[in-house]
Amino acid sequence: MNINHHLDEATLFSYVAGSLSQGMALVVASHISICDSCRERVFETEAIGGALLNEMVSDNSSDSSASVKVDETALEQVLACLDEEEPTISLDSSLSDGEPDACSPGNTGEVPAPLSDYIGGSLDAVQWKRLSPGFYYFDVFKEQRGICRLLKVAPGKSILPHGHHGNELTLLLRGSYADEVGRFAQGDVADLDDQIEHQPLVDGNEDCICLVATDSPLRFTTLLGKVIQPITRF
Amino acid sequence: MVNVVPIRKNSMTANQSKAWSAMLAEMAVTKDKSLYIQLYQHFAPKVKAYIIRLGVMEATAEELTQEAMLNMWRKSHLFQPNKSAASTWLFTLARNQSIDWMRKQKYPEYSLDNMQDRLEEASDADIGEQTVQSERIAQAISQLPENQAQVIYMSFYEGRSHSEIADRLMIPLGSVKSRIRLAAEKLKLTLRGEISLGGEQ
Repeated sequence: MNINHHLDEATLFSYVAGSLSQGMALVVASHISICDSCRERVFETEAIGGALLNEMVSDNSSDSSASVKVDETALEQVLACLDEEEPTISLDSSLSDGEPDACSPGNTGEVPAPLSDYIGGSLDAVQWKRLSPGFYYFDVFKEQRGICRLLKVAPGKSILPHGHHGNELTLLLRGSYADEVGRFAQGDVADLDDQIEHQPLVDGNEDCICLVATDSPLRFTTLLGKVIQPITRF
Repeated sequence: MVNVVPIRKNSMTANQSKAWSAMLAEMAVTKDKSLYIQLYQHFAPKVKAYIIRLGVMEATAEELTQEAMLNMWRKSHLFQPNKSAASTWLFTLARNQSIDWMRKQKYPEYSLDNMQDRLEEASDADIGEQTVQSERIAQAISQLPENQAQVIYMSFYEGRSHSEIADRLMIPLGSVKSRIRLAAEKLKLTLRGEISLGGEQ
């Protein structure tokens, strides 16, 4: 897959630190699972986490963490568990199959593995809800702030111009669009923050399907956008 | 000229770190419990300290630590000594365990299916490479400018999102991201050995 737009360093860092919203973490994990270069960057960033873990306890006696002790009996309890049968975890059992790029049964190759845990393996089997002519959506899950949503937009259609109060991450799963930032196709990720206002236009011959996550509501810049915002729950 | 920076007192030496990674790799193959005990005694207090820093209560942190340490045994076949140091892998286990608990849902992880082919046997040299880097990063972090170190710590140790950090420090979201970006890039340059330790900003 020819990927031209990658994750922002700050986004990738927060993903590794475990501090992204659930929805944004899902977009990041999905992109990483198909993008070799971003995966390498994740490995590098995880090494920073390892170094920070190494710093815990071992040095600096004035540090409060120096007093952290693990329960004496805990080791015995853990040792007793080692021989127990490992509980069946779906993720692990699928790993042991060793199928290359296997995501889930019936996967058309368009749905990255982390996303298929939520929606299954086919974009065509998603229970789309119609928003307006040419616009469909499916909420992957509900977020306290922001959204995690699949969007399907027909060719030639354009999303109302908007900015963001926070971050907006978009992963292209099918088709393409163009906006003020550039042209985005399958596998590309658009990693935007509150500095960007844009109006994506679906420019290909097929529907554009993408996974969008935000960590706060969008900021529509036109009156129409503001009027329909409560209806669309963006 | 490479500036020589004194290694922090009691900081783990490269050899020690390398030994832990090699030990974990060996345990994955042999399932030797005496190795497990040594790894447990070394890493469990670090894992617990990290989880407590994330804001988890002591009793729960203890439980989550046990779970993470149990996963060190159960998932040891997924440890890739040529890709990461033992401490790095333990960090990801501890992170996932605590976030899953805090959010009551699984933190999305990238697929490991297509990484099976990366699980080639790691040479001793490979293991050494990763652990030396880990030690370099610890030094580089301690040398970051205050405002960059702050956002790194708030992300890693407090699990705060960009917008939470922006609110706390009362700075724009863009500034949070650029600080993280600058710090991460600097640390990665150190990782790749492209700048000397203690070198110019």
